[in-house]
Amino acid sequence: MRISLMTTCLVDVMAPDVARATVILLERLGHQVVFDKRQTCCGQMHTNSGYYTEAAPVVRSFVDTFEPALDTVDAIVMPSGSCAGCVRDQHQLVARHEGDSELEERAAAVSAKTYELSELLVDVLKVTDVGAYFPHSVTYHPTCHSMRFLKVGPRPLKLLRAVDGIEVKNLPESDTCCGFGGTFSVKNDATSDAMVTDKAANVVRSGADFVVAGDVSCLMNIGGKLRRTGAAPKSIHLAQILASTKEDPFVPSETILGRSA
Amino acid sequence: MTEWTDARPQRTAGMSAKDEILTRLRTALDAPRRDEVTEAQDVPRSYQRADDKQELRTAPEKVRAMLVQRLEDYTAVVHRTTPAEVPAAVAAALGTARSVVVPSGLPVAWSSAVHAELIVDDGSADPHQLDAVDAVLTGCHTAIALTGMIVLRGDERGGRRAISLVPDHHVIVVDAAQVVLGVPKAIQRMGEDARAAWTMISGPSATSDIELERVEGVHGPRRLDVVLIEPAPDSAPESTTESTTESAPETPLGTQPESQPTGQPVTDQEKTR
Amino acid sequence: MSTVHLGIPQVRPQHASPSSTLRGERGFPEAARDALADPTLRENLRRATSTIQTKRASAVREVRDWQKLRNAGSALKWQVTDHLPELLEQLESSVTAAGGVVHWARDAEEAGEIVTALALERGAREVLKVKSMATQEIGLNEVLAHAGIRVIESDLAELIVQLADDTPSHILVPAIHRNREEIREIFLASMPDLDESITDEPSELAEAARRFLREKFLDMPGSVAISGANFAVAETGTMVVVESEGNGRMCLTLPKTLISVVGIEKIVPTFEDLEVFLQLLPRSSTGERMNPYTTMFTGVHEGDGPEEFHLVLLDNGRSAVLEDPEGRSALHCIRCSACLNVCPVYVRTGGHAYGSTYPGPIGAILSPQMTGMSGSDDPNSTLPYASSLCGACYDVCPVKINIPEILVHLRTKDVDRRRETRGDFHGTWDMALKGAGKLMSSPRAYDLAVRSAGPLTSVLGGKNIGKLPGVLPLIPGWTDHRDLPKPGASFRSWWDQHEKERSSADGTTEPDAAPDGEEQA
Repeated sequence: MRISLMTTCLVDVMAPDVARATVILLERLGHQVVFDKRQTCCGQMHTNSGYYTEAAPVVRSFVDTFEPALDTVDAIVMPSGSCAGCVRDQHQLVARHEGDSELEERAAAVSAKTYELSELLVDVLKVTDVGAYFPHSVTYHPTCHSMRFLKVGPRPLKLLRAVDGIEVKNLPESDTCCGFGGTFSVKNDATSDAMVTDKAANVVRSGADFVVAGDVSCLMNIGGKLRRTGAAPKSIHLAQILASTKEDPFVPSETILGRSA
Repeated sequence: MTEWTDARPQRTAGMSAKDEILTRLRTALDAPRRDEVTEAQDVPRSYQRADDKQELRTAPEKVRAMLVQRLEDYTAVVHRTTPAEVPAAVAAALGTARSVVVPSGLPVAWSSAVHAELIVDDGSADPHQLDAVDAVLTGCHTAIALTGMIVLRGDERGGRRAISLVPDHHVIVVDAAQVVLGVPKAIQRMGEDARAAWTMISGPSATSDIELERVEGVHGPRRLDVVLIEPAPDSAPESTTESTTESAPETPLGTQPESQPTGQPVTDQEKTR
Repeated sequence: MSTVHLGIPQVRPQHASPSSTLRGERGFPEAARDALADPTLRENLRRATSTIQTKRASAVREVRDWQKLRNAGSALKWQVTDHLPELLEQLESSVTAAGGVVHWARDAEEAGEIVTALALERGAREVLKVKSMATQEIGLNEVLAHAGIRVIESDLAELIVQLADDTPSHILVPAIHRNREEIREIFLASMPDLDESITDEPSELAEAARRFLREKFLDMPGSVAISGANFAVAETGTMVVVESEGNGRMCLTLPKTLISVVGIEKIVPTFEDLEVFLQLLPRSSTGERMNPYTTMFTGVHEGDGPEEFHLVLLDNGRSAVLEDPEGRSALHCIRCSACLNVCPVYVRTGGHAYGSTYPGPIGAILSPQMTGMSGSDDPNSTLPYASSLCGACYDVCPVKINIPEILVHLRTKDVDRRRETRGDFHGTWDMALKGAGKLMSSPRAYDLAVRSAGPLTSVLGGKNIGKLPGVLPLIPGWTDHRDLPKPGASFRSWWDQHEKERSSADGTTEPDAAPDGEEQA
């Protein structure tokens, strides 16, 4: 299949290895990945903060980038539950807020072909064992947007359980938000900190070496807290585990969500 | 209070509060919403209603078993008995109570073995006088198995509401015919006399206001005993309601042989098939 | 008292009276900071909310048709908001036909005046009250106190709060922020006859409250009680009050005069519809199959209960909530408080941080709509942001109010208002997001920025960004608490390399998809 990668702005800048891992994984599975460099951002930071008017040109840019290629690609993939959720649930709301019914229609067409990574693998590519190797213990944090808005359900766990050498440990209070919430993490920093402190403590309690999720934003939040407190577990994106093989195993770098070499 | 909001809500001179509120609301509703307006017939009623198979076809003894379990779960004491044994069961449930208030239409037989002073309520006792009474004995209108709830109607069998509230010990007699499975069936039965004074009781008075720890008994009766009258084991087997036509949902679960019209003392009548 | 507005013939929906307890003194972030710094409060809240959350979950699991009940509950509530004026008129005639008297109160002041007059006419110096959100919202206790009438709260938690001169912090469990030791102290300080030997066992504390209130119940001076209602049935005029302790039954049964102050949104269309709400409410609220007591009464019952019944129908900002089609379903709330107990924000900050009678996620959408968000410094303008948008509230709401969606909608309204107010769109966030919006809709500029993020931040040492001095406008809230990965080479730089390797390996080339000149100025 021909799959268009929307890295998300956060991944492009702050966690480039997650996008690299997505490319490596999909190519290993025999698919062709395309990356349109006109892509910028889905606009989630704007929409969730209430800046629909400012989000509108971002959404338009997104649609302008991906709509022309809809006939030539089979799917658009985003390694982020919240960004995929924004495309699916909010792009049309933004267009409506601006009274732009043409944009609303085009956004709907793009959104219909847009998938979060675990959805793409399980639902579109029909694969759960991707041939990955990851000889470490992990605990899975179902991020709120994947769990409650996209409803990815057990897909990420199915993919993880099929990984060779992995041990999946239980995360206490796993369904509680990590406290990221976009601008919430800065506007309500004290509350957000209380939430991520509890989340990081639960990750430590799980006894796993890694906390895995499908959202870089949440992983940056949890990983940043773990690192600040000097706790041992590291955060890792689902794509990074699925890209890891015996031949080319994942080795974490000092950078949060980074991979050495 | 603060500088950013000095705007008092406006009132229009010469307009009544009612007219003004209704006009405000009509103006507010001028802004249409995304979806169609919901009419009564649009409400999806796919949940288990009064005429649900489970409500109609569950064997009455199973329904009663559930009622007992749910009542006990909320620490009510349940006395299962047969029509002939009601007086003894009521006497046992009342225990050491020295005075008992009863509603005027309570079947006389129910209290026939009670040794305590029996006060038949004529509506004259004030709350202080009721507070001096040890217990209250009433019948009920309906009992809901799934929720362990007993429904009292303010009538000659359930009594006026004050008498089942002020005394510290409440004994309720429930007839098998009054037991339903779920809330919708109970509401259907109550709906036949919706404007009555209804009191629905699940277990004794309780609070969870202190650290969410349940404490039994605050202002209502602290003890609740339920006397459940079931068909005698040697009587003819109960018909399950499978014989009931589902098209007649107003027929109470009690198309069973022991079914009684409300308000008629159970023990006054011979059980017939 | 009222403002006569000449020249504007049209009657508009109105926000709540400023005297209502719907708005705190400070914005949420600041108020939350204090709550978060109190370890006892944090522990009280955590313990209580996790207990009730677990109970709710198991009570709901028991019900096979739960989702279908939610769908019915939601639709019924939409039916009510869609037909509110007609249903209110129907309710009025049903109540009147049953011997009740219906009063209409446009705002908190008018409701206060009606209740005060009714109580004074009956010579009441003391009135008993059942916990009710509406009366708390309009500050009725203070209004009555001003008229020389003492209000005695009869609900245990409300009594605790009242005796401690405190304010409630939870819809269902107003004293959730107090533990047993604190409650013992409060009782000892305010119940003169209480024996010092009382322990902090909840059963002993409840017994103390029983004795304290029993005399009041049995001997109501003036014989006036005030309640709210959980549901008001338009078809029959039946009021439904759901409770646990029996104080509600006392107040609804023993006085000569009963006054119920009820928000206009509390209507259910028919008696039959109670079959839905009586299943949804208790399990969502206390996590019980059924609450201990539910009282239903219709007007006045001869020889049973109050001789007089007065129903005060309250607007106080509800019409303003109804005016916004995207936000009006906040009026569907049946005050179960399930959203509070699952909210990761509420669980940590407690109710006081919201500054309103209605805390938690529902409060965050209800309070600002009732009062309006009148400016950037309006504390209620901060409420729509007091959420990480995790969506747990929507999952548990028995009438399916889409709280996260309304939160975002209210943020949009707040931002739109600022944008449309001259000179008010210049906050740090406004500037930052305006700038980011521009950058992110200009592919070429964005491409350059992404590629230079790494080199630009390389002046900072280390692999991640640690604690920073407060020089950067947005980052400190983050870096005060957590590290941030330091941008290195962007993905797109790697992709260029990857493309080159791939094309040299298999001899194909991708059409160049580099940013072209399409960007807008």
